[in-house]
Amino acid sequence: MSDMNVKVHHLTRVEGHGNIVVNSKNGEVVDARFEIVESPRFFEAMLKGRRWQEVQYITSRICGICAVGHTSTSLQGTEMALGMKLSDQARALRKVVFFGEELQSHILHAYFLAAPDFVGAPSVIPLAATAPDIVKRALKLKKLANKVCEVIAGRHVHPIAMVPGGFSKYPDPKTLKALKEELLSYSGDVDETVKLFATLEAPDYHRETEFLSLKNPKEYAFYEGDIYSSDTKKTVKQIDYRSLIKETMVDYSTSKHAHASRGSYMVGALARFNNNYDQLHPRAKRAAEAMKIKPVCYNTFMATHAQVVETVHCFEEAVAYIDRLLEKGYDVNEEPAKPTRMSGRGVGACEVPRGLLIHDYTYEDGLIKDANLIIPTNQNLANMDADLRAFAPAVISKPHSEAELLFEMLIRAYDPCISCSCHLLHVEWV
Amino acid sequence: MKPKVAFFSFTSCEGCQLMFLNLEDELLDLLGAVEIVNFREAMKEVTSDEYDVCFIEGSVTTHSDAEEVKKLRERSKIVISFGACACIGGINAIKNFQPLEDVRKYVYDGKWQTYDTIPTMKLEEVIKVDAYIHGCPPDRKEILEVVTSLLLGKKPNIPDYPVCVECKLAENVCVYDKGLMCLGPVTRAGCNAICPTFGNKCLGCRGLVSDPNNNAQKDLLAERGLTVDDVLKEFRMFDGLSEASK
Repeated sequence: MSDMNVKVHHLTRVEGHGNIVVNSKNGEVVDARFEIVESPRFFEAMLKGRRWQEVQYITSRICGICAVGHTSTSLQGTEMALGMKLSDQARALRKVVFFGEELQSHILHAYFLAAPDFVGAPSVIPLAATAPDIVKRALKLKKLANKVCEVIAGRHVHPIAMVPGGFSKYPDPKTLKALKEELLSYSGDVDETVKLFATLEAPDYHRETEFLSLKNPKEYAFYEGDIYSSDTKKTVKQIDYRSLIKETMVDYSTSKHAHASRGSYMVGALARFNNNYDQLHPRAKRAAEAMKIKPVCYNTFMATHAQVVETVHCFEEAVAYIDRLLEKGYDVNEEPAKPTRMSGRGVGACEVPRGLLIHDYTYEDGLIKDANLIIPTNQNLANMDADLRAFAPAVISKPHSEAELLFEMLIRAYDPCISCSCHLLHVEWV
Repeated sequence: MKPKVAFFSFTSCEGCQLMFLNLEDELLDLLGAVEIVNFREAMKEVTSDEYDVCFIEGSVTTHSDAEEVKKLRERSKIVISFGACACIGGINAIKNFQPLEDVRKYVYDGKWQTYDTIPTMKLEEVIKVDAYIHGCPPDRKEILEVVTSLLLGKKPNIPDYPVCVECKLAENVCVYDKGLMCLGPVTRAGCNAICPTFGNKCLGCRGLVSDPNNNAQKDLLAERGLTVDDVLKEFRMFDGLSEASK
């Protein structure tokens, strides 16, 4: 059997810089890895000595695509450390803006980054000529999702009004009502999205793995919950994340790898779908059925379909949360909660679009003394390598360009966010 | 022939490129007016290595970043410094306030020498820059203003007055009246004072007005017994490279 050497330098249609390397010799896979070659970013070091009021502005800049996710998780860390308790209305509004970002990120990935592979296009640009209605719908939905974030937090890329203890400004109830009406007017586009992705068939591939996600007895967990493993079937509190998650460094990557119960695990839409399927909105469950995705799904390529299921869920939940806020009424002049202490440790954990995100802060006199960030893409890296290795034998006999595309699709299915992943930490793991 | 446009990113969050993709209403028209020949975040196809307009996002923080941007300069007619990290160093410059070895050891521990890093530089410290799109993130309207001006061959109209001017037009309560220090009096406008409008203070992400000692909102500061220098000290979040914060 001939040898194969695949090297995809700077994989495209992902956030950040990474290379795929797969080599086989005499039909045996000898190398299979995803290398992170992004410049190191040193966020943990940059946070040292910063004031509690400004930490979320710095951490938001870890990633433009998941800026609301980093801001939310960062604020949770600060609020826990300094003993600040959110009001019900602040918590509800934090969730609405969070749904806005999940929608924006999933639509961007499903339509613009992943879909072109399924139809043999190099990007969405040629599709603008051949399938203009689809591209226009994608742009419309993306704009709507951005608007959810803009109305509540000022903007999606680096939100403004989300501050420790609550919000620096609340949207006028009339504006929020108009936002809800606008959301509802796009309901048909959400259905069309499901129909489209039901026609995009994922390559046949299965590899059993461990799934980690938040779990919340009250709802499908995005904004809050405990950390759950599909291997142990148990949850740990976010502050105890180190009892479950261990990190290691590898030479070929500027990002750390992570392990839980075994060599690798997966986080993200597919992990959440598998762990929390029962709590999905009925309409999202119908979408799953239409796209033929069922829990437990071990086909990594279906992660994009899981994102579409979550798009339906987040759409419904955003409307429901806005409805409840409007029905109950809220105080637009509410001041953010104040710190009750200036020193302490706090851990924030959210399910951002790409999976479990953890921000761990230790404050001393209102200044960050130590910071540790665990990023979804880092947690997926070991699992990506395991997938490349498991998938390679089925692919190495194919023509080089076809094999390369399939490997690219496999990594893109994780929706990797490489800028995010490039900050490691010095913590010594036991 | 349509102008060839390319996007590249160095040390950054890639939010500036996302802001370009967030021009949802104008994107299809823009794609009709220019040919995008390289945009790694959004497309696989690379159709040219020569660019009429090259957008560069991010700061230069490694030896290879520096080499790469020099190569891009040689291949580009116009280089646009895209966003705060490229224009003024942005938050990446925070690391310059600590000894570099400490920063590297804190994050990479025993393997700190494995990963290349140099003190953060803004783009114009490494190559000649022809146009700037300020902000973290850049404002969509300003991206459009710069792109359309370049297509028409005219100079983009970028404000050189302080954020206070826009903040007053937005009829916001002055942030100083809430007892907070705000960078609006010395920061270049063009964002419509979005942060004060959403109940916050200006963080200075668009950099200084060109001559702060003359162009700052000095009257506002004087009323509160403050000087331009007092405010400039607050600039270490985004504008750590400017003399102001040294």
